[in-house]
Amino acid sequence: MIDGIAGTRRGILTGGAKTLSAAGLFALMGSSGSALAAANPSQDAALLNAALGLEHEGIAAYQLGAESKLLQPAVLSLAVTFQGHHKQHRDDLIAAMKRLGGVPVAAKSLQDYAKELNAASLKDQAGVLRLALKLERGATNAYLGIIPSLGASDLHTLAARTACDEAFHAAILGQALSEAIPQKAPLFG
Amino acid sequence: MLTVCLAALLPLPASAVPLPGNPSRGAAFYESHCGACHSLDANRVGPMHRGVFGRKAGSVPDFHYTRALKTSGFVWSAVALDRWLTNPQAMVPGTAMGLRVASPQDRADVIAYLKQQSGAGK
Repeated sequence: MIDGIAGTRRGILTGGAKTLSAAGLFALMGSSGSALAAANPSQDAALLNAALGLEHEGIAAYQLGAESKLLQPAVLSLAVTFQGHHKQHRDDLIAAMKRLGGVPVAAKSLQDYAKELNAASLKDQAGVLRLALKLERGATNAYLGIIPSLGASDLHTLAARTACDEAFHAAILGQALSEAIPQKAPLFG
Repeated sequence: MLTVCLAALLPLPASAVPLPGNPSRGAAFYESHCGACHSLDANRVGPMHRGVFGRKAGSVPDFHYTRALKTSGFVWSAVALDRWLTNPQAMVPGTAMGLRVASPQDRADVIAYLKQQSGAGK
């Protein structure tokens, strides 16, 4: 049964987020089978634009979840909080892109995202949480996966930091769905 | 004039042919690593992947590709996908796809899954 997040569980998961941060950075070190890319502003801007598209979709996904009327109040509050994090990620990416001279991609309409994410198939809170978890896990791995392709070192930090946020979201959502904690590490990357 | 990315068209040595892959493991990897941007049947951050095998790169309708990929001139195959997933920026400079899959087995598995979903090689 899905319930709200208890204080003790939040405490455990907050402590776990530190481990996830270290795991995210370690995955970066461990994945350096190929060298990090040389600095190339236009290439970095293109990669950041893809990440921005991902954040736009995440913001929309939480909006769709919130408007679905399927979420219990505590879970709705969590969804709004996580959406706020993604809005900050969006703003960070836009700022980084502008520094590179890039043009940030605009968000699509909510109706477009609803169609692409098959929102009509969501029938209960568990379904909404499973969609969010899938997107957060994917986002964690996406941010970790693009680090070697980013040229500027400050963007490596940006991507790693954002990956940690997404991993935190995934951990909370996994706990809300009572998913078993994986026994084998690394959990991402 | 059509610009063809020569790097994408260079042949690979036999040793670079992908390993045999497991489509079931590939499905899980696809969901956890590719699913943030891609789906089999919908264009999202990235283009849809249903039928990717044998498809010309940059050709899914209604998806806004980078010019780099749209004019790359190659056809998706197991070898092309393996090279792409190893380092998309090296294969097609200027693409918006930046995620690299470091493990040869992970690449082989997701390629096997995509091949299965394309109905290729059944």
